[in-house]
Amino acid sequence: MAQATFEEISASDFFYRNRDIAGLTNPSRAIFVAIREIVENSLDAAESQKIPPDVYVRLSYEGEATKETQIYKLRVEDNGSGIPPRFIPSAFGQVLYGSKYKLKQARGTFGLGGKMAVLYGQITTHQPVFVTSSTGQEKIYSFKLMIDIQRNKPIILDRKVLINKDNWRGTIVEFTLEGDYLRAMPKIIEYFKQTAMVNPYANITFVDPKGRLYKFIRGTTVMPESPKETMPHPYGVDVELLQRLIQITTFTNMSDFLKGHFHRVGEITAQKFLEFAGIPPNKNPKKLSHEEIVRLMQNLKKYKDFLPPDASCLSPLGEDLLKAGILKELKPEYLVVHQRKPSTYAGHPFIIELAMAYGGDVPKRGTFMIYRFANKIPLLYDEASDVSYRVISAMNWRRYKVAPEMPIAIVVHICSTKVPYKTVGKEFISDRPEVRREVANALREVARQLQHFLARQEHVHMEKKRLGIFSKYLPKIAEFSTTLAQKEKLPDIDKLLKSVQKYGAEES
Amino acid sequence: MAQKKAKIAERQNEVIAGLKTFGTQIYNQLDQGVFPTINMPSRSTENINYDPTLRQFILGEKSVSRSARNIRHIKPFTQLAWAAMFSNELTTQRKTSTLRDVYYSAQAYEMTFTDQQESNNIITDLETLTGFAREDFHIFPEERSAIFGDLDIGYTVPGYEGKTLNLTSHPDGVLIGPALTSAEFINTRADKVIAIEKGALFTRFIEENVHNKHKSLLISCGGQAPRQTRSFIRRLHDELNLPVYILTDGDPWGMHIAQVIISGSANAAHLRELNTPDAVWSGVWASDIVEYKLPTDPLDEVDIKRLYELLKDPRYQNDPLWQREIKLFLKIKRKAEQEAFSRYGLTYIVDEYLPTKLEAAKGKK
Repeated sequence: MAQATFEEISASDFFYRNRDIAGLTNPSRAIFVAIREIVENSLDAAESQKIPPDVYVRLSYEGEATKETQIYKLRVEDNGSGIPPRFIPSAFGQVLYGSKYKLKQARGTFGLGGKMAVLYGQITTHQPVFVTSSTGQEKIYSFKLMIDIQRNKPIILDRKVLINKDNWRGTIVEFTLEGDYLRAMPKIIEYFKQTAMVNPYANITFVDPKGRLYKFIRGTTVMPESPKETMPHPYGVDVELLQRLIQITTFTNMSDFLKGHFHRVGEITAQKFLEFAGIPPNKNPKKLSHEEIVRLMQNLKKYKDFLPPDASCLSPLGEDLLKAGILKELKPEYLVVHQRKPSTYAGHPFIIELAMAYGGDVPKRGTFMIYRFANKIPLLYDEASDVSYRVISAMNWRRYKVAPEMPIAIVVHICSTKVPYKTVGKEFISDRPEVRREVANALREVARQLQHFLARQEHVHMEKKRLGIFSKYLPKIAEFSTTLAQKEKLPDIDKLLKSVQKYGAEES
Repeated sequence: MAQKKAKIAERQNEVIAGLKTFGTQIYNQLDQGVFPTINMPSRSTENINYDPTLRQFILGEKSVSRSARNIRHIKPFTQLAWAAMFSNELTTQRKTSTLRDVYYSAQAYEMTFTDQQESNNIITDLETLTGFAREDFHIFPEERSAIFGDLDIGYTVPGYEGKTLNLTSHPDGVLIGPALTSAEFINTRADKVIAIEKGALFTRFIEENVHNKHKSLLISCGGQAPRQTRSFIRRLHDELNLPVYILTDGDPWGMHIAQVIISGSANAAHLRELNTPDAVWSGVWASDIVEYKLPTDPLDEVDIKRLYELLKDPRYQNDPLWQREIKLFLKIKRKAEQEAFSRYGLTYIVDEYLPTKLEAAKGKK
């Protein structure tokens, strides 16, 4: 009888074998995801320093791979924070290594995207990745790296140090990968357009393999407030996190442990909770047994009196910036933007920002154009599975005299320390009641305002039409009656025309 | 004859004066800085009543007003003013035009009508407002009927003034069009008018020399007689003192063709002198079907429904003949066409049936 063998596999190996879950399912999707992950890292790197991002992306054709796929070289340059040289190899050569394990809003949350892209490039082309970076100090560091997949470790093939004469700061990443640009192109262009929409303070340049230049110029240099780092909220913890905190903690009693490691837990809350959980306040957390840790976790979730998490760790765009971005990219006739107050799901704070754009360059499609964003990332796939799509579909639009046939775009932005994605591919938001409620409320608010605008517009339109009718027919009546009455000169109708105009002006 | 000529000219002047009054009214209101408003009798069904003395439908007291201030009225108001101007032009220049012409002519003034119905309605408005028929404005419908018989007429239309015509001069009959309806009657040897529903029988009558044998003017109605034909029959009756006999199919529809010639239609309730109250329906009656054992078809559902409607119609109340025949139709549930007499030979209707009917009608009188 064959014996089952158990072997430990590295994180790199795991994702190599399961790259589907990161969205790298096929050659066209892979090239889209690779660009997106690297660009997001660049935007994050600039934003963390409150620098308006300048991101340059170039995809160039390197040769045939198979009948359907080609080899491309992807180069992404940014003006972000730069990476200190000692972190560069791990940052690009070790999966699940990253700067994003703290709790604050950032684009990526798995520490996975950029490296997955690099890993995918290496798997498909067996070429190294080149990373050049400087934090703006006197030196620029350049690495040539590969990933040791079995061991999940970077292999440094070459390392150069240059003098940073011009005080350059930023990061350049370049690697080759196999893909199908022609099929991915519409999504990639759409991705840049939408990214420009929610990052109105960014300059984004894209040169595609045919040499076409796509340029998205910033409309403002104002940037949203940077998010603050916070500790985890008691409602959001799991056993794994508790164990890690116990391992690293320097506190020697439970009361201090709770106060020191959890969000919105103070002296009184800690006391009351420990009483509720039946744990002595002076118990050393390192002495908790495994069963006690599990029970602690359950009690943390059960206890009703924790204050909800605050939203200082979030970085929503804000109504003004969202407005600027949409005006820049969609050029609508009318735009209404609404930001909801922070809310939480399962201990994670989130904010919904929603906008409705009407007319102008917004096309008539027979259905609403829906633009979905999570932490400023455009979500381009699986629209119908997204909670926003469901809320929009379920809405009674007739109440607002709004119809899908109108040229309307709806923009939904969710920001959270933990965006409730349904999959690792980060393509759609799962249908959680708290999120659904916030989206629905925001949608009602903007729909109401759009309704007012449409009613006003309709009124102005009717008024114009009314005036048009009078000024078309009154002169004719004058002409015909003059002929009939056999008079020499036309009657004076100016007074009548003015009277309808005045009447019209009062009404509008 | 000079008197008749003067009468036609007088009518013409009345029409032109009426249109001028209308125009002046609007002009003055505009000039005073007031939105022009007009009033005219309402043509809604509740305002259409049967007048037993006049023996036709007339409009009641209700009136409607149309104001250029009202956004829904201003377009039809303008169209009405245009139609008045257009009619004025036709009448003064003595040109004729058709309803279809009206529809197209408006487009030259950027006054496009949505459809023919809309432009027809405006002409009816003008009739109601002024009390003149569209024929007075020289506007005629497309449909034409014909007349044949020993009548001399004198044309009054431009280019034909002074010319005369004997209405037996063409074996297909002469079209009852603007030139004929505006002509004067000079002389006739006929002593009656026979109006026939269908063209085929009209032709048969001419072939069989009915106009001589029975000293009659024959008119082909072509189904429901057009207004100008009805008004022409009235003139033949009034001016020449000729009795009028009507021959139709033996069914509710034929019966009603006769009735409209006699009592007029609700659609023309705003106009007078389109009907000939003394005209007589001579057949084919339901009782003829029985008496002559005519080949028949069964009445269908629509026929029967129509008969019940006619039974209640005020126009069918003044003569017991109508009630009797409607009830008989309903009893025998059969109908017969004029051609049904052909079973007794092609000339039977002329040689036997017609003399009997005319004799009966005379006797009744």
